[in-house]
Amino acid sequence: MNAEHLLKIEDLDIRFGKESAEMRAVKKLNLHVNRGETVAIVGESGSGKSVTALSVMRLVEFGGGQIAGGKISFRKRDDSVIDIGSLGPEDARLMRGDDIAMIFQEPMTSLNPVFTIGDQIVEAVMTHQAKSRSAARATALETLEKVRIPDAAQVMKRHPHQLSGGMRQRVMIAMALSCRPQLLIADEPTTALDVTIQAQILRLIRELQDEEGMAVLFITHDMGVVAEIADRVVVMYRGEKVEEGDVETIFAAPQHPYTKALLGAVPCLGSMKGTDSPEPFVIPGQEVAATEVVPAEAIDYSADPLLSVRGLTTRFDIGEGLFGRVTKRVHAVEHLDLDIWPGETLGLVGESGCGKSTTGRSILQLVDATSDRLTFGGEDMTRLSASSLQKLRRQVQFVFQDPYASLNPRLTVGYSIAEPMLLHGLETKQNAFDKAVWLLEEVGLSADHANRYPHAFSGGQRQRIAIARALGTDPKLIIADEAVSALDVSVQAQVINLMMDLQKRFGLAYLFISHDMAVVERISHRVAVMYLGQIVESGPRRAVFENAQHAYTQRLMAAAPVPDPAVRRRDMRMITGEVPSPVRPIGQPPVINTMDEVAPGHLVAREQARTVDAA
Amino acid sequence: MTNSTDPAIAMPTRIERTARSPFAEFRRRFATRYGSMAAGVFLLLLLLGGVLAPWILPFGPDQFDYKNTLDGPSMLHWAGTDEFGRDIFARILNGAKLSMFIGFVSVTIGAVIGILAGLLAGYYGGWLDSITMRISDVLFAFPGILLAIGIVAILGAGLTNVIIAVAVFSVPAFARIVRSGTLGLKESTYVEAARAAGASNSIIMFRHILPGVLGAVIVYFTMRIGTSILTATSLSFIGLGVEPSIAEWGAMLATGREYMLAGEWHLTFFPGLAIFLTVLCFNILGDGLRDALDPKLDDH
Repeated sequence: MNAEHLLKIEDLDIRFGKESAEMRAVKKLNLHVNRGETVAIVGESGSGKSVTALSVMRLVEFGGGQIAGGKISFRKRDDSVIDIGSLGPEDARLMRGDDIAMIFQEPMTSLNPVFTIGDQIVEAVMTHQAKSRSAARATALETLEKVRIPDAAQVMKRHPHQLSGGMRQRVMIAMALSCRPQLLIADEPTTALDVTIQAQILRLIRELQDEEGMAVLFITHDMGVVAEIADRVVVMYRGEKVEEGDVETIFAAPQHPYTKALLGAVPCLGSMKGTDSPEPFVIPGQEVAATEVVPAEAIDYSADPLLSVRGLTTRFDIGEGLFGRVTKRVHAVEHLDLDIWPGETLGLVGESGCGKSTTGRSILQLVDATSDRLTFGGEDMTRLSASSLQKLRRQVQFVFQDPYASLNPRLTVGYSIAEPMLLHGLETKQNAFDKAVWLLEEVGLSADHANRYPHAFSGGQRQRIAIARALGTDPKLIIADEAVSALDVSVQAQVINLMMDLQKRFGLAYLFISHDMAVVERISHRVAVMYLGQIVESGPRRAVFENAQHAYTQRLMAAAPVPDPAVRRRDMRMITGEVPSPVRPIGQPPVINTMDEVAPGHLVAREQARTVDAA
Repeated sequence: MTNSTDPAIAMPTRIERTARSPFAEFRRRFATRYGSMAAGVFLLLLLLGGVLAPWILPFGPDQFDYKNTLDGPSMLHWAGTDEFGRDIFARILNGAKLSMFIGFVSVTIGAVIGILAGLLAGYYGGWLDSITMRISDVLFAFPGILLAIGIVAILGAGLTNVIIAVAVFSVPAFARIVRSGTLGLKESTYVEAARAAGASNSIIMFRHILPGVLGAVIVYFTMRIGTSILTATSLSFIGLGVEPSIAEWGAMLATGREYMLAGEWHLTFFPGLAIFLTVLCFNILGDGLRDALDPKLDDH
């Protein structure tokens, strides 16, 4: 093993399951990490990247896998080299945390909810270092300060549920760092976080690495994050390494077709500069002309909007105390105005908790919402009677985020697609099934899929099925709530192309709800940015993205990771702080934003409203 | 899967095994649980034997033979004879039919009422939920057999009333199982998707939620039959069930008890064994169904 190598993986084979149903998760993997280096393993779900990380920690056995071949060598602090694969359970336990530490994707579930933050870090310190409890407390406090947690002494006394997701991930990092490991394995540490929080965590990892001289093995599916953090990149595909190289080389001149496809499918914020219309993704091997989009000029904004909502408000009561007296309210959506014209895509962006999903649900009255005025297709539907609600639910269809959860697992796919047509009495049973088959073909699946159950399909295919289901009732508007967020990038690109294609052919309007600025930039004609239940900026996509006026929009744009290592050292100082909570005590409603028109159709909220909120 | 949906990378989707419908999956998993299979076969044979008893056995359940009273087990009378010379094996086999009938019908009635109550309570919540759950709390607080005795005491003895008593006893448990399942599924995305597509409350409840909780219900249903048989035989044993002369396991135990101290063990042993095996088999069958229906317990 080269003296520079901290971790070296040779011909690693990992298998799952018993002999009859054995699955090779990782095949003949070779990989090394040098001292102080950041190596990113990139790949889509099922590529074996997380399994590799778990095998380095010797945690893979606990998930039913086994290291079937190859060698994992690690250089300890005293320069002796150990073979991780042959360590006994007790030695492996001592190695974890001390020499190699790991942080996971889900900061919500990685911390024990019944102990305070301080206790958990102290325990980690005392397990590996012969320190007294008070000395361990001092170390814990020190590491919490190191991960830039304000008021660390107070945070020590709190329980995990009292902290936000970003804070919890900081605590996880602090815990991992408390024993000064030489290698930190980060398995999708920012995937569950909002972009502004993600930017802060990435910056933190980078800074800590410089301070501690620690090596990082970073597992991710997000090419933007890779460009942001990695020195070297290993691309994995179905358990095998297909490409390895410096981050600049990989991005500038990818060699393997899979790497090229992966990079081609990554939406890149700012790639749409100078255009008004959406643009399909270029997918290698597929005709670009296959996808047609609705150009921005084709939408007639002088006509009446298809859907027009004024003063949409949704609040959830939070009961407290013995008698469930309402003391606080979540102001999920506050006096929101929204117009969608026929055939256009309105992108609704914002971070988690801003109320963007609730907005979509409120329009269809899936949650109790009130509005001052709601018209659809020129018809006043403000007071939704049962029949007009039914009419609205026929013409407005919904596509949900999680394609695994949105299809009933006990119904065949064909039936699921036919169901909305049957519910609205639009077709006879036979016609509905025929139409379901036709729709399946329209979304790129085949007719014989109709009799299968959802579990037989991959995530991308399920989302196609969900879209087919939405098309059945001949809707005018489809609300897509994070419809591509759960998909791998290459699949995401295909589904977005499909949506654009269907829009052109069937004249659909989309309300495209997403947290991903780059995807929204790609698909939208117009954009609305949402913050704390209100819209802070809206207008034509080009105007909002190229000339963002509101501070929050600018913040979001700056935080979005860009898949280009050349733009890495951007100024990220402005990205600090937490997303404030929309929970307010009764009797203290938020200030309603006043919108100014800075350009035709480009509305921006006055800033003072925001400072009132922050107070 | 078709490659046409993944044209970018020639990638057949991940290690997905061939598609199986949920039912086929259940069958495959149940087939490997041999103990439960055996229990199921035993119960099936018992039921079949009960139905076919008049044709395959040389004795009827009520056929007196005053020359051979209180005989021990022999080649002719496998389980001996009782105080009137009736063949105990024939009585047990005929009694199986009756016990299973009582068990099945009473649990079915209890399940139907309980499922409806649980579904409505879980779905609509509010005061309906509170009332349903308080009633089931009250029913739960009664010892089961005491509740059944009380009901029979009010309605009078007899087959129908035993069934009612045992059914009432089953309702709260089903209501709770279905309610908790409904509470979970009510929030699921596919239920919301159905609502967004315009489905009415009844469609959502019966097409989208009920099939999802049925797995747990089937498991409990099976186990419950065993318990209900036990309760019904207990009622007969203390004289509150069917008429003592009828070939019923509990009634047989009750009459056999008088002869037990006289050394005639077979009068109680064989009916007792029948009850024991039947209830045990229903429980083992229920365990197997639960394992097969719960995907989290795969292949261990």
